[in-house]
Amino acid sequence: MTFSPIIASTGEWLHGTGPHSEIVVSSRVRLARNLEGKPFPGWAKKPERLAVMEALLPVIGALPEMASSFSEKMENLTLLEKQMLVERHLISHEHAAKSVGGALVMNAAQTLSFMINEEDHLRMQAIRSGLQLHEAFAMINQTDSELEEVLPFAFHHELGYLTACPSNVGTGMRASVMLHLPGLVISDQINKVINAVNKITFAVRGIHGEGTDAIGNLFQVSNQITLGESEEEIINRLHKVVTQILQHEKNARTMLLQQQTEKLLDQVGRAYGILFHAHSIATKEALNLLSFIKMGIDLHLFPDVHRLAIDELFIETQPAHLQKSLKISSALESISSSVSSSVNCAATEKMTSQQRDSLRAVVIQKRLQCMPAPCYSANRPNNV
Amino acid sequence: MFCEACKTKDASVFLTQIIDGGMQKLNLCESCSVEKGIDDPAGFALADMLLGIGVAALEVAQEIKKSSVMITCSSCGLSQSDFKKRGRLGCGACYETFAEDLSVILRTMHRDTMHRGKVPAKFAITRAHRINVETLQATLEKAITEEQYEQAALLRDKLTMMQQDISSSQDIQLSSHPHSLSCQDSEMSGVVPESIVSKVQGILPLEETTVVLGVSLKKKITQAKRKKS
Repeated sequence: MTFSPIIASTGEWLHGTGPHSEIVVSSRVRLARNLEGKPFPGWAKKPERLAVMEALLPVIGALPEMASSFSEKMENLTLLEKQMLVERHLISHEHAAKSVGGALVMNAAQTLSFMINEEDHLRMQAIRSGLQLHEAFAMINQTDSELEEVLPFAFHHELGYLTACPSNVGTGMRASVMLHLPGLVISDQINKVINAVNKITFAVRGIHGEGTDAIGNLFQVSNQITLGESEEEIINRLHKVVTQILQHEKNARTMLLQQQTEKLLDQVGRAYGILFHAHSIATKEALNLLSFIKMGIDLHLFPDVHRLAIDELFIETQPAHLQKSLKISSALESISSSVSSSVNCAATEKMTSQQRDSLRAVVIQKRLQCMPAPCYSANRPNNV
Repeated sequence: MFCEACKTKDASVFLTQIIDGGMQKLNLCESCSVEKGIDDPAGFALADMLLGIGVAALEVAQEIKKSSVMITCSSCGLSQSDFKKRGRLGCGACYETFAEDLSVILRTMHRDTMHRGKVPAKFAITRAHRINVETLQATLEKAITEEQYEQAALLRDKLTMMQQDISSSQDIQLSSHPHSLSCQDSEMSGVVPESIVSKVQGILPLEETTVVLGVSLKKKITQAKRKKS
């Protein structure tokens, strides 16, 4: 399978089919594995990296769950394609920067992906919609068991699976959950929650992992400890924490709705107004405002059928997706002639951030035009 | 703001690290950050600080400076300073090579230094066996401490058989791990009164015990004997 059809559709995990998907965007479980006796990718020489890749590609391709899959060497992907994969959480920033020896394999549904020669020889992840940590782990664990029958993974009887970075040794597992928490942010409780989660050894990060800002009220909660706890224990603990955060978010929204109705409705209305009428909008502002529209759907201010459209905008408005969409969508037609000419030239080369901001405004507006304006009657108290 | 190391120059490198929920901040000037090996943000410093290696790695870096001998992994050629710079290991064997540094780092990062998760099917049997042996060893040590020598002798025989099973199966070496207890034999001799040695040896021959159970148990026995004396 080639890259285009896969990237043309969004992953199954984004379709909001999982439990609690209004607040829990996705659940991911990643396993890091290395081949016994081979130097880790970051220290290996080019021929050694290539040999590992050649050994892994056919084995992964032969997995029953990868019957319909996309597989490509990183050097054959364009910068834009790599960036799109990062925006979809299918590969890491680090892997996008790799060239010789790096490869990617993913299934058509984009629920299973394999990075070859990232920091470790093999990093495989399962991603599911909503709160499905146990399901995601079962999926990747089965794949791992199938692979270990044919691949000699580096394993130490006391330290477990050996990884390039000591922070991953043991289970080699990173389980993470992406949460949408506007209620906790508006009610100023988010820092309290982050501190509490940190105390029990889980990390809270922004939308694209390590060192990124929490834009769009999106937060990733993941385990840091990989040694001394079993996979099940980690998953159970994380599941429990996420369930608690979920409840706090729900409580925060209920409180806001009861005590600060105007403030809450105002946030959604303003977000709608700006997104609908903006002619130029940066990624951060767009995601922060889209977050309120998303919450507006949860609060029934917009019909639920538009949920996917808004969720997809979180991905579509990111830089690489915008640039790619220019080539395939008709968004161009609706751009005023002055912007059109400048954007047109950019389709073939790298767009400036200003051009992207213009296009982003157009893409968002097009989606919002298909939606009715917010309907406040259900949530507004009678006396207001 | 002054550098926390030299306290003279202005700080220009700011590190923030969260360990067990507590935030630690370190403000350094450029030259001190270079001196402490955190001058390359792309390679080691910030990325790894965020990963939680931080303080432990700094300690290791300072340790390395102190010692004149530079350890290098015989399998992949990664040196101790490479490890310090990159914060990443070169190959699986590095975990043995840099065991000493790693034991500090792993304890800072993780809950424990013993893997309790999934075990590849081919390791599962030998590993389960090993855990049984370790449990039995603990019971034996307890029996010795409590001076129940008859029970100890029985346990010893059982252990001998199990140990032979392990060594006959193809597996990684028992004593290969950094955290395996090791102590010099000479350290033990001459401390224990002869009378007690002969008494214990009558039931639990020290030489044989050493061979079968490893030095750690010998140490325990000696301790038990010391206590008794």
